[in-house]
Amino acid sequence: MSDESVGGSDAVDTSRRKFLTVATAATGAVGVGFTLVPFISSWKPSERARALGAPLEIDISKLEPGQMITQSWRKQPIYVVRRTPEAVAALAKVEPSLKDPKSEASEQPKYAQNEMRSIKPEVLVLYAACTHLGCLPKQYFTQADPAMGADWPGGFFCPCHGSRFDLAGRVFNGSPASANLRVPPHSFESDSMLVIGVDAAAQGAA
Amino acid sequence: MAAATDSAAGKAGFRAWLNKRLPVDEFMESQLIGYFAPKNFNLWYFFGSLALLVFVIQILSGIFLTMHYKPSEALAFDSVEYIMREVEGGWIIRYMHSTGASFFFIVVYLHMFRAMIYGSYRAPRELLWILGMLLYLALMAEAFMGYVLPWGNMSYWGAQVIVNLFGTIPVIGPGIVEWIRGDYGIADSTLNRFFALHVIAVPFAIAFLILMHLVALRQTGSNNPDGIEIKARLNANGKPVDGIPFHPYYTVKDVVGVGVFLIFFCGVIFFVPTFGGLFLEKPNFEPANYLSTPQHIAPVWYFTAFYAMLRAVPDQQMGALLMLLAIVVLFFLPWLDRSPVKSIRYKGWLSKIFLAAFVVSFIALSYLGLMPADGLYVILARIFTAVYFAFFILMPWYTSIEKTKPVPERVTYHG
Repeated sequence: MSDESVGGSDAVDTSRRKFLTVATAATGAVGVGFTLVPFISSWKPSERARALGAPLEIDISKLEPGQMITQSWRKQPIYVVRRTPEAVAALAKVEPSLKDPKSEASEQPKYAQNEMRSIKPEVLVLYAACTHLGCLPKQYFTQADPAMGADWPGGFFCPCHGSRFDLAGRVFNGSPASANLRVPPHSFESDSMLVIGVDAAAQGAA
Repeated sequence: MAAATDSAAGKAGFRAWLNKRLPVDEFMESQLIGYFAPKNFNLWYFFGSLALLVFVIQILSGIFLTMHYKPSEALAFDSVEYIMREVEGGWIIRYMHSTGASFFFIVVYLHMFRAMIYGSYRAPRELLWILGMLLYLALMAEAFMGYVLPWGNMSYWGAQVIVNLFGTIPVIGPGIVEWIRGDYGIADSTLNRFFALHVIAVPFAIAFLILMHLVALRQTGSNNPDGIEIKARLNANGKPVDGIPFHPYYTVKDVVGVGVFLIFFCGVIFFVPTFGGLFLEKPNFEPANYLSTPQHIAPVWYFTAFYAMLRAVPDQQMGALLMLLAIVVLFFLPWLDRSPVKSIRYKGWLSKIFLAAFVVSFIALSYLGLMPADGLYVILARIFTAVYFAFFILMPWYTSIEKTKPVPERVTYHG
């Protein structure tokens, strides 16, 4: 027990000890990191949620011009509007008062990044969630609707925070939303069968 | 009688047996009887202990609510109505819990205001303030997730708005939103995980933070209305001359506070449990409907000041950022205040004006957040948001240039 007798062999090699401590801690940290994976992954949409989010077919043969139907896909309401020819013609006129007329800062599939924001000029498909904070914009399709003012071209108005959108879901200046209403991936299986959730790759050029 | 003067080891019977195994007397002595608090506490010093009381009320009423509540999309709303109509005593337990949520914020806001007027956040209590701010953040998360659980229409749309705020984070935002929800919209999975967080994870975090807050308080000791350190003047026994034992003096005082508090608390539970739509909003008495937005979405009153700031900015990303900053800036309060004195009693008129403007702006923003976001309301929200931030941003300037009054050597009584 005398410190003299054991001499140097009892001296603590602190650098070795420090290395072992750091190496053990690092190995443990890696283990903790891997252990976190199942816990973090468990918050992702489950297999069932993904299956329920499969593509949705909508028959639009009964949708008259000027009418809108609301469908739900992946828990999100989808607006499908058959625009009147007058409404389609009016789209070009409102461009100066829009935040993003060319939809450059907005979210839509490539085939819907055009003036109509649609594959077919008359059929508009939108996520009904306002790009501000997810409320449902209400339909105000009548031109010069008394609630919206004399220069109202027809479109959507969000009752939550007052964002206004035209009939292509493009946001007007002065709205809290900064982007146009999003367009979901969609395509046409036939003239009357709209499919939400499948991209229109082949029809993109049309 | 000789035993009374002896140490714990000398005591007889059960007490001695117990103290040999669990230091009860030692804990009482070091934390309550031997812990000295300034003798000049006033009305503002009730709200810390009241916050602890509300926490206990929330835990107890919450435990009993979980015995009947069903955290699922299909059953949640009905199970809350079941508690209200068919469980014996269910209505009062539920109203205790919903009223407790609002009262939690009332006492916490008053507690924070106390810290602001008397400079309780100043050195050496910076960490005490930061722990308190973390408690405030945890409380906000707890309240938000709790509000989702009844699965009323405002629960649903409130969750929609708040969760989508994470979507404004560049690049990873949309992925995070999907991860938080566990689905492509606010869904069963979201409700279920919010329930888990609301009843286990966040209350644990809050309890831990309360413990840390109290430990840090024991280390620095309480501030007081004069903002002077009582530890600077000690008597022969090494105790502050301007201090009195926390127990029994302040425990008894706090019990009176509890009595008065419960009069208000029970008054709300018995007579105005929804508080005119402020504590429980009207649209939340209809079930969640993801195809129908309430005409006007507003959070519960305790969040409306920040909500008004969010809506005051035309750009949503900037709005969310501003709202975040409004809370983050509070963390920096200990370093923004450059005044040589702590208490508002000895600060100059500039500090008083800015503090008054801050209080007015917070109340005004809270009101504006309840109103629709158009016209004059938005303009006013912008003005008051500017005032709110001016209080903090200009603080290093106005606290350092103003003329302060001399601070007394000993604590004073102003009632």
